[in-house]
Formats: sequence, C-alpha cells, structure tokens
Amino acid sequence: MPQLAERHGTLVADFEAFRAASAYGPEWLRTARASAFGRFLERGFPTTRDEEWKFTNVTPIAQIDWHRAKKTSGVFFSGAGAKKTLDVVSIRAVIVNGRVSAELSTLDELPEGVTISTKQEAWETMPAHEGPSLKSDHPFVLLNTAFFEDGLFIHIAPHAVVTEPIHIVCVAEPGAEPTMVSPRVFVVVGEQAQVSIVETYTSGDGQPVLTNAVTEVLLGPGAIVDHVKVQQESASTFHMSSTFVHLHRASTFTSHAITFGGRIARNDISATLAGEGAECTLNGLYVADGETLVDTHTTIDHAQPHCPSHEVYKGILTGKARGVFNGKIIVRPDAQKTDAKQTNKALLLSGDASINTKPQLEIFADDVKCTHGATIGQLDDNQMFYLRARGIHRNDARNMLIHAFASDVLNGIKHDAIRAELEAVLVSKLHLPT
Amino acid sequence: MLLEIKDLRVKAEDKEILTGLNLSVNPGEVHAIMGPNGSGKSTLARILSGHPGYEATGGTVTYDGKDLLDMDPEERACEGVFMAFQYPVEIPGVNNQYFLKAALNAVRKYKGQPELDAIEFIQLVKEKAKLLEMDQAMLNRAVNEGFSGGEKKRNEIFQMAVLEPRLAILDETDSGLDIDALRVVANGVNALRSPERAIIVVTHYQRLLDYIVPDFVHVLSSGKIVRSGGKELALELEAKGYGWIEDAVGARA
Repeated sequence: MPQLAERHGTLVADFEAFRAASAYGPEWLRTARASAFGRFLERGFPTTRDEEWKFTNVTPIAQIDWHRAKKTSGVFFSGAGAKKTLDVVSIRAVIVNGRVSAELSTLDELPEGVTISTKQEAWETMPAHEGPSLKSDHPFVLLNTAFFEDGLFIHIAPHAVVTEPIHIVCVAEPGAEPTMVSPRVFVVVGEQAQVSIVETYTSGDGQPVLTNAVTEVLLGPGAIVDHVKVQQESASTFHMSSTFVHLHRASTFTSHAITFGGRIARNDISATLAGEGAECTLNGLYVADGETLVDTHTTIDHAQPHCPSHEVYKGILTGKARGVFNGKIIVRPDAQKTDAKQTNKALLLSGDASINTKPQLEIFADDVKCTHGATIGQLDDNQMFYLRARGIHRNDARNMLIHAFASDVLNGIKHDAIRAELEAVLVSKLHLPT
Repeated sequence: MLLEIKDLRVKAEDKEILTGLNLSVNPGEVHAIMGPNGSGKSTLARILSGHPGYEATGGTVTYDGKDLLDMDPEERACEGVFMAFQYPVEIPGVNNQYFLKAALNAVRKYKGQPELDAIEFIQLVKEKAKLLEMDQAMLNRAVNEGFSGGEKKRNEIFQMAVLEPRLAILDETDSGLDIDALRVVANGVNALRSPERAIIVVTHYQRLLDYIVPDFVHVLSSGKIVRSGGKELALELEAKGYGWIEDAVGARA
C-alpha cells in the first residue's frame, strides 16, 4: 500500500483538503466519497492486465501527478468559438472545471416541468442515492465520485414534453499543473416525459487535463430521452467518460455519442433495460487522427422481456490513431423476446491506423434474437473511381464517401444546428477540402 | 478527329489484354465495338475512362489533341469523356441528386462556366429525367443503391444526358435489360446523338444496334480490331456468330 499511496500522493492530499470544502456534501455523499476513494486507492489506475482495459493502456494518465481542478473564470472559453458552441441551443448549463458557471449558463427561465439544480444543495435535499453510478467499480467512476464538485441535477416532471434540447457544456481549462476535472451529471426523467439532452465537452490546450465525467440518466415508465454527447477536447486532454442509463417499462433511450478529440478518449456506456418493452439505441461516431486512442465500451443489459436494442458504431481512423470497440450485450434468463442488433464499422484511412473490435454476447434466455457484425475497411476503390469518372475531384470524392460512411449516425441527430456543426467539425478534423 | 487510338497495348493483373489496338473516331460518329467474351471490349472502355486497374504498356490515345492516358479520371470526365458503366457502383449514403450536382458543377467549373444553383439544377434534372422516364423518387435515393439492373443502366444514361459529354462510351449498357428498358435507354442515347458528339457502343450482341444504329462496326478479337465495316457487319456477326470471324482471322494468320 505505501507504494500506491505515494504514487497517488497529490490526489490523497487534495482529497483531504476537499473533505473540508462545502462541496464535499451531506453525510450520505461523504460516506460514498470516502468509500469510493478508498476503493480507488486499493486498485489504482487500471492496467492492460484488466480485461476491460486490455487494449487501452492508461499509463500516460497514471504517470501524471493529477491535481483537483481549481476554480477558474473560464476565460479561455470565450470569443467566437465559444459563442458558436453556446448559442447552438438556448437552454444551457455550462460547467467549467467541474463547477457550474452561473454567468455562462442560461437557467433563469426554464420550460415548465424542467428543474435544473446547479449547486451542491441539490445533493443536500436529495434522498441518499444508490443509482448505478454509485455501485460501479469502474476505477475512473470511483475517482469521479470522490472528487466531483457541484454536480448538475436535471429533473423532468412526469408528462412534461420539453421541445428545446437542454445543452450541458463541460469546459476544462488547463492550469499551471496537471488538472483533473470531474463533471457529474444526473438526469431523472419522470413517467411519460420527453426530453433531449446534449452534452458537449471542450478543453483548452496546455498542461495536461483529465476530464473524468460521469453521467447518469434514469428514465421513468414510458419516458423518452434523446441524448447527444459531443466530445471535442484538445490533444493535451485525456477524456474518461461513463454514462449509466436505467430504463423503466416502455421507456425509450437513444444515444448519439460523437467523439472528435482527446489524446486518450474512453467512453463507457452502460444501459439497463429494467422494464418490459423498454427500447435502447446506442449510436456513435468517432474520428481520430495523430496518435489518439479512442475506446468505446458499451453494455446493454436486457433484464426484462420484449426489449429491443439497436447499436451502430462507426469509426474513422487516420494517422497512427487506434480504435477500440467492445460491445457487450447481456440477455438475462427472464429477458425472452429480446431483439438486439449490434453493428460496428471502422474505416481506416491510413496504413498505420488500427482497431480492435469485439462483440461480447452473454445470452441466458432461449427465445431471443441477437445479431452482431463488425467490418473494418478502407474507402471502396470502385466507389472512388465511379465518382471520379463523373468529374468529381479525388479529394471531393473521398470527402463524399467519408460523409456517406458517417451519415447514418449523424443523420440520427434530430437537431439541425447541432448536426450541421458536427458535419463541419468532421470536415475540418479530417482536413477534407470543402 | 476526336479520338485516335494507335497500337494500344493494355495490361490488367499482369495479363496483356489489348495487344495493339487502332481506332479513330470523329465527332458525330457512332462506333460499335463487338466481340466475344474476353476479347478486350470492356478493357477498352475502362482504359479510356481511366480505371486504375488497367495499365497502358504501349501505344497512344489522343483525345481532342491531348494525351488522354496522362489524365486523371476526373480530368477526362471534365474534358468530356463519359463511360456508362457495365456494372454501375452502389454508393449508400450519397444522394443521387447531390452526387450529380457535384459532378455537373465540377465539369462546369473546369470549363470556366458558372456553377448551377439548386433551382437551375432541379429544372435541368427534371427535363432530362423525362427523357429517360426516370421517377423523381429514384433521384432522391442513394446512388444506385437498391436499383434494379434496368434502373442502374437508365441512371447511367441519365447522368450522361445531364453531363453532356463529347465522347460517350457505353460499356455493355444492354446487358441485363429487358426489351422495354432497352428501348428507353436507346431512346435516351439517340436523343444525345449530335454532330459534335461521338459515341462508342461496346456490346456483345447485335440487339442494341437495332435501336442505336452505328455508323461503324468493329470486331475485337484477342485484343485488337480484326475487322471493321458498316452496320451490316453486325448483322453478319449475328447470323454467323463470332466463330466465323475468329476462324477467318485464324485462317489468315
């Protein structure tokens, strides 16, 4: 143990200091935090000997002496770029280095049925919470539980239909020393309510940043949630994100996870279909260049009968980028008539890019339909030639085919302004001519 | 002269397929290239369009005074060379109309003409679609995706009608077409015949030539043209079969 304690010396010292802060929270949360940090210290950062981290070596993260994020003004996040990110949706909560910024957020006039609590008071008034994120043994989730500051609590009242999306913007600002930022978002959607949530992650360049985010979404019976997560952090940022989704009877959750940035970006999405007729769609697009590593681990847990789930993940990798996709589907003994479909496709645009992809089906019921498929390939030569033979320049043809590859994931995003913005980012990210 | 091919030798996958082919095409002419399977018909069409799988190892191809073989496929298209594919490629995720607009504007830009805006383009497309009896729904689908064989071929000629090439090469456009589709496609091609435009029709069968009547017919065998004549040569081939030509050529050799 002394060796581990020493390696995490700064974290331990910062955790001790955090205990005295008001953000440390009420009794139940203090207990949860202490327990989580203890469990984290016992195991430390994961290694490639852990099955869940086999292809994702986080040594570059483990080697850094991380400091709990300081309160900042968020000044780097200003100017035209920030405005573009912010103005895309009118209802927004901006979280800078894990703390909600009242100045940048627009939470004064919320639609009926929407409550957004931005301060630790939300945790005070909440009953002791035992959601899936607090049960998780994921090392980065434990670390987030120990260190998250404000937390953002969104509640949608039963039967409320919220037409305008709610935009959560998580900004990480590098400091003088390596900074660990721990945003925590908690969404509860009441029975028959409907809402769309957009999360955007962005960060500045400079000293290393570890964005270690946890989002939890609980859907009441018949609730409908559309969730978009866009990660476009800088190359000096490590992005670790865990999303937990719990679906009650006949609820519908649709996720669009778009990853453009970070040096190592890991997304864990874990959805539990806990009631009959619940439906879950997990779609994703990741684009990586340079020496970036993008890892997606999804788990869809079919605990109840008659639940369909759909999953389409697409990756575009260039340079020396690496991709990892692990799609786990669990079908519990009671989950008869499950209909699960998973597709993972990767497009490798350079000889040095690579992907490790693994479907993982654990089926314990007999009357189910589960399909999975993975393809890895380059741009199709015949399609390229066909476009060029009609006069379209090689670069434009390439652009068109990459767009086409990404289109079924991007087209699933209903909000036009967000989709248009993502298409523009895709083009610039791949240095495609416009 | 629009196109002049001299002693062209072409290799694909290390095998020499064209073995010294000569052909001259003037504006306004329709040339039919016929021949048995494996004679090199499609290779000729593909080398002219710049297909990356084919390599010219000898000879020259001069198009409008320029070295055609030196140009990228897109440059050839912009210069007015169009190949209707034997097997049109499906491109899921790329809208047919979007693709065609990009192609047309690339060609127009190359020629120094202003690009068409959305409204001008739609008007043009509507007019050309009528010619090929194309359904509006087909235009809004992804390029060739889920199209029947006939629809794909019609789409090729429709693209040709929109792009208005100076040299059109139809690579076995008749294969897989029933008689009704064949008529539609042939009508589309005939509507594009003009004194400025040359058409090379590559086909195995004489049937298409009942509808697209050629000025010249050439018979290809083992990678070179072994006989040329007028439209009656096609009828003679139909009656006697390719064996007749091969025997005659073999006897001469």
